[in-house]
Amino acid sequence: MKKLSARRRHPLAAVVVLLIALAATGGIYTLVAPPDKAVADETAQTLTIEEGQKLYAVGCASCHGTGGKGTTDGPSLVGVGAAAVDFQVATGRMPAQQPGAQVPKKKNIYSQAEIDQLAAYIASLGAGPSVPTENQYSPEGADIAKGGELFRTNCAQCHNFTGKGGALTNGKYAPTLEDVDPKHIYEAMQTGPQNMPSFPDTTLTEQNKKDIIAYLDEVNSDKSESPGGLELGGLGPVSEGLFGWIFGLGGLIAVAVWVAARTAKARKS
Amino acid sequence: MSSQETPEENLPDEQAADKNGEVAVPGEKHPFADPGLPPHEHRIQDIDERAAKRSERTVALLFTVSMLSTIGFIAAFVAIPVDKSVYIWPLGHISALNFALGMTLGSALFCIGAGAVHWARTLMSDVELADERHAIEATPEVKAKVMEDFRQGAKDSDLGRRKLIRNTMFGALALFPLSGVVLLRDLGPLPEDKLRHTLWRKGRQLVNMNTNEPLRPSDVAVGSLTFAKPEGLEEDDHEFQTEIAKAALMIVRIQPDDIKDKRELEWSHEGIVAYSKICTHVGCPISLYEQQTHHVLCPCHQSTFDLSDGARVIFGPAGHALPQLRIGVNDEGYLEALSDFEEPVGPSFWERG
Repeated sequence: MKKLSARRRHPLAAVVVLLIALAATGGIYTLVAPPDKAVADETAQTLTIEEGQKLYAVGCASCHGTGGKGTTDGPSLVGVGAAAVDFQVATGRMPAQQPGAQVPKKKNIYSQAEIDQLAAYIASLGAGPSVPTENQYSPEGADIAKGGELFRTNCAQCHNFTGKGGALTNGKYAPTLEDVDPKHIYEAMQTGPQNMPSFPDTTLTEQNKKDIIAYLDEVNSDKSESPGGLELGGLGPVSEGLFGWIFGLGGLIAVAVWVAARTAKARKS
Repeated sequence: MSSQETPEENLPDEQAADKNGEVAVPGEKHPFADPGLPPHEHRIQDIDERAAKRSERTVALLFTVSMLSTIGFIAAFVAIPVDKSVYIWPLGHISALNFALGMTLGSALFCIGAGAVHWARTLMSDVELADERHAIEATPEVKAKVMEDFRQGAKDSDLGRRKLIRNTMFGALALFPLSGVVLLRDLGPLPEDKLRHTLWRKGRQLVNMNTNEPLRPSDVAVGSLTFAKPEGLEEDDHEFQTEIAKAALMIVRIQPDDIKDKRELEWSHEGIVAYSKICTHVGCPISLYEQQTHHVLCPCHQSTFDLSDGARVIFGPAGHALPQLRIGVNDEGYLEALSDFEEPVGPSFWERG
């Protein structure tokens, strides 16, 4: 003991003490801490990420760069989360066909398993919103009326009152929400794809999102009814006015012409 | 039919004489003779009584269909439940009530019109009539009579002699329209300074429109869009619509490095900027926010504002930038207004300056 205390003023003493303390803390933690739940899945998870990385290198890296760091052709994907990947790839928007004002929806060429692998890889690059569970986005038990109110406050300005979509600036547009998978609607609100702003849980709660999905399911799906009959695209006064002028007024003019053109005389001239 | 067949009585005569007594016969001024009216031709219904009967029955049928349609309209209104839906090609699924009401009402009106037209064309007299125009000016005798009557009346009424009556009558007639003028006051009162102020005050918290909870800076992510109202304003308040129409806020978060306008950065909190949601053109709610370009588009007339540059107008008819609300964070960590809007929100008005 005396020997130890004699060396206590040695220049390296502090370093040695620090090392011992660190080793002790680390050792105790490994002994005491609960075993990591993910240990069992760890290999499977790593495998998924590796598969995802391979898919990424083939389909995405040319624009988004290696490791998702982004290039001049595509934004960085660090921190966008699995939800963004699931939305973009499953709706066919990514991989993009060509640069332009907006990347349109198209046929998806990836299987759901491949999308999950890609999503796992992107999620491993940085924390972001994860893919919602069915419990989160299923419209069952949600308040449709409240959803309508929320939709009109937050979404209708771009997507139209019943989600038929609408035009934005310079060739951009808000797409129609007709028959979009509830999961993708949820992910779009969560992540804000392209020029759409995001609506994180802090400003639009999980229940709010569910209500909105229920509202859309009610007014804009194949089971929704239109009491007025012919919807004319549901776009409002433009298409309705055009229809009224062409078919309404046009019909009246045609009848007037027909009445005046026919003579009632016995001898036709 | 040619002009050779024109019967004698239809030939141009004095009817074509103009003011100077000239007749429209071929000459220097009128190279063509007035052909007059063609001879009257009969319809089948004028000649054949059976055809006339047929027409009569057609008109009566049309009017009967109209009557039945009106009865059908009333019956549909009573009998069909509001929420019943039917499939009708090519309209698709449609409310049975709407469809029945529209069809019966349309048919009732159309049949009245069609019946009337058919009646007039086939049965009513269709003999051509010439209705001559006359000079509008009265003859000198009539004029003289009118003036004479007027003078006599004025004399009989003693208007010139009883000046008291005349003057008070003029007074009564002159004053009466004043009541109409006074009523114009109800167009007012002037809004005073109501257009220049909103509910925002120093220290008033920003409340999320969706959750009705005050907002923390961490709630507002980059690229997100949030709508806020002033703390204390509830949807069932009597004045809610009046107040929210001025105080509605749109909150976005922009990386501070991306904010080009110095004042905007100063009035923001760590890149969180709060702008009026009311377009400065004609006051539409404006919130078509593109999170990558930070442009906000107004759906009414396509005015576009750049939220990263003091909400400057970059396109469209709007006259000035969207007003920005100065915000900060209070002791409890919630976003709060640091003052009211510095300038009037919404569209320009006469005295805005």
